[in-house]
Amino acid sequence: MELVLFVIFGAVAVASAIMVIVSRNAVVSALFLILTFFCLAGLYVLLNAQFIAALQIIVYAGAIMVLFVFVVMLLRTGKEARRGYRLIFQKSIGMIFVVLFLLLLGSITLMVAVTGMRGPYTAEAVRNIGNTQAFASVLFTDYLYPFEIISVLLLVGIIGAVVLAKKKR
Amino acid sequence: MVPLSYYLLLSAVLFSIGVVGVLIRRNVLIMFMSIELMLNAVNLSFVAFSRFLDSLEGQVFVFLVMAVAAAEVAVGLAIIICIFRNKATVNVDEINLMKG
Repeated sequence: MELVLFVIFGAVAVASAIMVIVSRNAVVSALFLILTFFCLAGLYVLLNAQFIAALQIIVYAGAIMVLFVFVVMLLRTGKEARRGYRLIFQKSIGMIFVVLFLLLLGSITLMVAVTGMRGPYTAEAVRNIGNTQAFASVLFTDYLYPFEIISVLLLVGIIGAVVLAKKKR
Repeated sequence: MVPLSYYLLLSAVLFSIGVVGVLIRRNVLIMFMSIELMLNAVNLSFVAFSRFLDSLEGQVFVFLVMAVAAAEVAVGLAIIICIFRNKATVNVDEINLMKG
């Protein structure tokens, strides 16, 4: 059952990711990217990360993609030119290297076994105390300092976006 | 249970699709979406490792990556709007001067 769900979510995620990069229209790309994010949220649920799955839908499929669709519609870019690349053979050389890169990554993932110190949060333990509570107890103890830094980063992001997008006088 | 290597392979495929998108597309918005796709592929392998090593550190990293991605999208889209206002194009081949 889990394998079936994995195959469904994975296949839809890969297919819609391919549609993101082949579609000529940026709005269609954005909508397929949202579908990819939903499939990834399903995979997170399969991996017992329900809180991250909820965040994926709220933050990525919600906030970030709304921003994307808003900017795509604001700019009215029209259709992209099919020809006229500055760099010759850019597509073919890029594809060759990406295929080699994928072979490298695939061979690493298939050959290397995962050996590491196992943590205390087995599936059973997480189910007993609840995923969100377990996540929060790690985030607000060991990773409190990075969490605070993130708030500063988001503030800088807000100010930077306003300053950059403001009309020059 | 689905083995870890399946998740890592799916993550590698999604990451490579993102790389292809950055390499073959000239529309800066779609290149930006491909970067988001790569970030999500890495998030998937973080969550998979956290599941298979019985540790929640991977999920904390995903949380941090999402916050960084949100800030990155806000600033990046502001830069794209800025470029579009100056050059009236989103084709990266036509954006070839640092000085407007």
